[in-house]
Amino acid sequence: MFLARVVGDVVATIKHPALEQRKLLLVQPLAGDGAPVGRPAIAVDSVDAGVGDHVLVVDEGNSAAQVLQRPRGPIRTVVVGVVDEVAGA
Amino acid sequence: MHFARVTGTVVCTAKVPSWRGQRLLLVQPTDPHGAPQGRTLVAIDLVSAAPGQRVFYVRGREAANALPDADNPADAAIVGIVDDVRAPASAPADSATGPPGGARRGPGAA
Repeated sequence: MFLARVVGDVVATIKHPALEQRKLLLVQPLAGDGAPVGRPAIAVDSVDAGVGDHVLVVDEGNSAAQVLQRPRGPIRTVVVGVVDEVAGA
Repeated sequence: MHFARVTGTVVCTAKVPSWRGQRLLLVQPTDPHGAPQGRTLVAIDLVSAAPGQRVFYVRGREAANALPDADNPADAAIVGIVDDVRAPASAPADSATGPPGGARRGPGAA
């Protein structure tokens, strides 16, 4: 899991059936101090997050399948939480 | 999932049986704004993408899961065609240059 900032969303009409009806968010991974680090990724939303939100993201297929309550498919990156506070960073 | 642009097609007459009937495309990974980033990949195409189109792809085990029969060796799969990326300027999506060696990570990293 990693912390990230939602920096945008992605519109795609043609996509894999597993992604139908899913909101796709552009997430920028963050370092411990909150600075952007690494390249942005496209994540499936499961918590109704929006642009500007500080979020928790999983990047593993089995975790994604559990969260989305569907069989294992082509999805591995999912926003699973909206962060209220990080202490001790 | 990450962004890429389709740069070509790959034709293999001899290939693993589990890829029979599947299209292989050459893709150049990009940042959210379309600037090339990292090295070119070959990916299985699930969305009938064409050269020049902006797409997004998944890497790792989940790429194989994109095919109807997950028992195949794909490690990159195109799973969507990008219509639009809405990223407000106040939340820069390209403010980082990548992790150490990020553009050179091997197959399996996404």
